[in-house]
Amino acid sequence: MIELGKYAQTVLSAYGISLALLAAIIWQTLRANARARRELEEHESRG
Amino acid sequence: MSIWEYANPVKFLRTSGTVLPWIVAGAALCTIGGLVWGFLTPDDYRQGSTVKIVFLHVPAALMAINAWLMMLVASLIWLIRRHHVSALAAKAAAPVGAVMTLIALITGAIWGQPMWGTWWEWDPRLTSFLVLFLFYLGYMALWEAIEDPDSAADLTGLLCLVGSVFALLSRYAVNFWNQGLHQGASLSVAPGERMSAIYRYPLYLSMLGFFLLFLALVLIRTRTEIRRRRLAALLAREHRA
Amino acid sequence: MRALLWRDLRLAVRAGGGFGLSLAFFLIVCTLVPFGVGAGGGQLSRIAPGILWVGALLACLLSLDRIFALDHEDGSLDLLATAPLPLEGVVAIKALAHWLVTGLPLVVFSPLLGVLLHLPDAAQIWLVLSLLIGTPALSMLGAFGAAITVGLRRGGLLMSLLVLPLYVPTLIFGAEMVRRGAIGLDVTTPLVFLAGITLATLALVPFAAAAALRVNLR
Repeated sequence: MIELGKYAQTVLSAYGISLALLAAIIWQTLRANARARRELEEHESRG
Repeated sequence: MSIWEYANPVKFLRTSGTVLPWIVAGAALCTIGGLVWGFLTPDDYRQGSTVKIVFLHVPAALMAINAWLMMLVASLIWLIRRHHVSALAAKAAAPVGAVMTLIALITGAIWGQPMWGTWWEWDPRLTSFLVLFLFYLGYMALWEAIEDPDSAADLTGLLCLVGSVFALLSRYAVNFWNQGLHQGASLSVAPGERMSAIYRYPLYLSMLGFFLLFLALVLIRTRTEIRRRRLAALLAREHRA
Repeated sequence: MRALLWRDLRLAVRAGGGFGLSLAFFLIVCTLVPFGVGAGGGQLSRIAPGILWVGALLACLLSLDRIFALDHEDGSLDLLATAPLPLEGVVAIKALAHWLVTGLPLVVFSPLLGVLLHLPDAAQIWLVLSLLIGTPALSMLGAFGAAITVGLRRGGLLMSLLVLPLYVPTLIFGAEMVRRGAIGLDVTTPLVFLAGITLATLALVPFAAAAALRVNLR
């Protein structure tokens, strides 16, 4: 483990929040994409 | 062969489908690589370990501004040449840009707390990013509020044009309003004030990573929007039949 | 054009809404702030320019959705769009009418409220001048926001979200001008910037607003 000194909390929380936000937008993007693809395929196979 | 061929949604879907895996791989590689490399850099003699935050803060801020620029260009293309993919790409970029703005603001606040002794300072750069975030919120809210997709594209495009002018004006107005604490450009070319190489190279890599990440997200979101639009068109046709 | 202006003014006066209401709102904002921040010391006179400008901005925002909404509901907006008068002209006239009904009373009565908030006497003239120069831009930008949201059922709240960020530069330069006037500094720079923003807004925004109206009337 690398030494972060007295600012450990600062650095870790910055990384934590940023990565969480990035993960949230990536997750939302992928989920919406999968849903749109599935619905379109369902519709096209039906029609 | 010209770039306008990608205005055809089918062609766009096919081409973006083939390049997307490469972009995703590049984005993952560069972002993770840049952040890990950045995390392992030695402490700065003045800032201590907080210098590591720069590898998140600067790329996010860079993409926050470039996302708005990209929306401006895409809106102009839609308003002038009426290519639907362009309007959808502008729509797709907004949430990603808003998240980048938020990351830049939050990392800035977290860094500012020990360094400047305050979470928030009404500094020109911080303030103009807050205004930029408000513009993103208004833009997304307008997309959500209008039902007819073409009207929504037109009106948000207009808002993006007018908003760009005023965002830029605000940027210079706040400069005038309050002298800031924020340091100048981190990657200034002027000798003597640039960062040392141990920080600069991981920062470049991280910036490339964020750029590719933004590109990948916008492509995926644009594909989502195209599919949604197609589904809505099919349903409408069935409804009529 | 003159006929349209007269019609809008008459409607506003007869409905009774515009004139009194936003002025009363301005008065209330300026009355509430001292309760919130306390009236002691020089505190109030220091923040007076900001309060007066923010108050004017909110009062202006209050009546914006009426610029086009009523005409859109009863269909006269469609008639105006097909009239020989260019739509850009219609927008400009409507913004002018809005300014005459809300902006001008604010300008006229602002010194009174300035006294209420202990604004230094030296700054009074700059307060009136800055509002006189700045508020036309507020009305014009408001007309743009109203044009974008005219077709929406609940556009009022959305419009505030769209319009308020556009007000930032005007607010900064307007309040800065009064602040400088209050402590006896040179006001030329903010004055020139404020006038520049207003003139550019008046010249360019009618085109954007008219384009938005055309989309909404399609």
